[in-house]
Amino acid sequence: MSFSRRRFLRHSALATTTLIAAPAVFRSGAFGAENPIVVGSLHDQSGPIAASGTPMVYALQLAVDEINAGGGLLGRPLKVIHYDTQSNIQMYSQFAQQLAVKDKVDVVHGGITSASREAVRPTFDRFKVLYFYNVLYEGGVCDRNTFCTGTTPAQTVEKLVPSAMKKAGKKAYIIAADYNYGQITAKWMTKYVKDNGGEVLSTDFFPLDVTNFGTTISKIQAAKPDLILSALVGGNHTAFYRQWTAAGMKGKIPIASTTFGLVNEPSTLDAAESDAILGAYGYFEELTTPASKSFVEKIKKAHPDSPYISELAACTYEGVMLWAAGVKKAASIDRMKVVAALEDSIAFDGPSGKVSLDKATHHTTRNAFLAEVKDRKWSVLESYSDVKPADTASVCDLVKNPADTKQYIINL
Amino acid sequence: MAIYLIVALDVLNGIASLFLLCLGLAIIFGMMKIINLAHGEFIMLGAYATVISANAGVNIWIAMLVVAPLFVGIVGLVIERCLIRFLYGRLVDSMLATWGLSLLIIGIVTTIYGNTQQGVPTPLGGFSIGSYQSSYYTLFLAGMAIVTMALVYGVMSYTRLGLIARATMQNPAMAATLGVNPARVYMSTFAVGAAVTGLAGGLLAPVSGITPGMGGAYVAKAFMTVVGGGAAILSGTMSAASLFGAVNQVGAYFTTPVYGEVLVFTAAIVLIRLLPQGISGRFFKGNL
Repeated sequence: MSFSRRRFLRHSALATTTLIAAPAVFRSGAFGAENPIVVGSLHDQSGPIAASGTPMVYALQLAVDEINAGGGLLGRPLKVIHYDTQSNIQMYSQFAQQLAVKDKVDVVHGGITSASREAVRPTFDRFKVLYFYNVLYEGGVCDRNTFCTGTTPAQTVEKLVPSAMKKAGKKAYIIAADYNYGQITAKWMTKYVKDNGGEVLSTDFFPLDVTNFGTTISKIQAAKPDLILSALVGGNHTAFYRQWTAAGMKGKIPIASTTFGLVNEPSTLDAAESDAILGAYGYFEELTTPASKSFVEKIKKAHPDSPYISELAACTYEGVMLWAAGVKKAASIDRMKVVAALEDSIAFDGPSGKVSLDKATHHTTRNAFLAEVKDRKWSVLESYSDVKPADTASVCDLVKNPADTKQYIINL
Repeated sequence: MAIYLIVALDVLNGIASLFLLCLGLAIIFGMMKIINLAHGEFIMLGAYATVISANAGVNIWIAMLVVAPLFVGIVGLVIERCLIRFLYGRLVDSMLATWGLSLLIIGIVTTIYGNTQQGVPTPLGGFSIGSYQSSYYTLFLAGMAIVTMALVYGVMSYTRLGLIARATMQNPAMAATLGVNPARVYMSTFAVGAAVTGLAGGLLAPVSGITPGMGGAYVAKAFMTVVGGGAAILSGTMSAASLFGAVNQVGAYFTTPVYGEVLVFTAAIVLIRLLPQGISGRFFKGNL
């Protein structure tokens, strides 16, 4: 077929018009439906991070279903628009735009890795869409449009390091994933080791696709630490725990981790490989409070094959509930009214206990728990109530600087 | 002193695993010039076959050494019949098709088994040199690398099958006029390559994190090694695996794991610049 310039122009003009007109044509079909409040959800359900994202979606759906069963919000039902971000940052950017511009959602819950959060946060700031990030992370996000409901290092690492040091000794060796979460968490670990009179012998970072930990295990043996602090991330890095056990090191040097068991490590590794590893999070599936038990039961009932229900799922559920409490209090879905209401001592009793939002940082004051792996399950050793996000509070004050949108790297 | 022995073992481990991971790819690439981008997924399938059969009660050694290569070999055979055989001589098309295939395999495995899978514990246990610990499994991997190498060498050099395979590899048209059916040779070569890759996946299953996407971590290094090795399947792959495995492990030991990775890629770039035909294009010409 010959393709003249005119013909090309005509075709492309036609195609462009169709493309531009398509959304309007499709949208018109939606007119006349009941007018729901729209909740956007951006979670990875496929790819390497899917095991984290899947239970978060279950928890979000559970919260929304419960709110709808109770008559919705402001007399309107809630509707979830969910996109699977496929463990791909590009998808995050693309779907964030779509949620803000095309779907015109009233709030977005989502983002898992710190990288994904930083990819979508500016988009929601720009389009003025309220954003909830319900994941534990390295701390420091200071943005009036964003609420971070997960734990930060001052809430977990601060508890984990001293109890691990008390058990094991003063000399620590840090191994961490080589991206912003691992780098910053390693700094926090170093700080708390020093605060407790210890010393860090060495800190090693690993790109996420490292699978062979032989040399690291030799280096650790040469350094002879009393304790290993791990912030390794992802399926490839679980190989470390296997190779550690294979080398016969298991039980010789204790391991404490800020990431182990957040997803599925205790259930995928053998008992011999995971026993006695220490962890600290804002929630464990094994918590025996009635609220926690019923939360786990409801998710397991709807999704019997759900991956481990960790802090990620609990915080997502609590995040949605906190937002709902804010909307009720504001008696409006207007973004700034909801933000003002959320800043006005909103609290919710969730699976992890009482969670309250902090006005100055938009983070949560919540309970933290220390646990140890026993026979492929967490056994909770200690709980700490009402722990404040002291790290972010040291750099962030949204009361004074409401226009702030930065993530502070906390100077240690 | 003991620490040098331990580091030497680490290097051996790095080389052996890299060699095992690459051999299947080298067979397929070297003999048929098909770039199999689903190589990582063949490894994953081998690991899954091992883990699932071992968890179902099959003896771990049988699961690793028999079930994994057999299963992936059969998968390879089916894939060759349904997809690859239409793509001989179409390099770019074969890349695209096998890349799509890799996504399909990941999708199927995720749909069936979900994103998490319970692994198997490492057999054999550890031993100590001085005050250092290492695992017997490291030695076993090295042993398996040698056995596989010997097997491939033996079959290729001393059997009629190997003779036919080498003839087809050198000149398919001439082999065909002498009564060999190249289509059949290609089919079995692909299946054998897949089986060797499945074996590697099975052997690495006890020391890796098992997820549907695990292949992604191996495929880049495997390609780099095969290209760096050049046309000779055994000597090329072995020399490139030794070079890259050693650079990675020694680099990671004396600097950090991050630089260990950087050094490998630097070494690969330099190697390809100096020896565009790969190591065996220069030093082991005409060898297997």
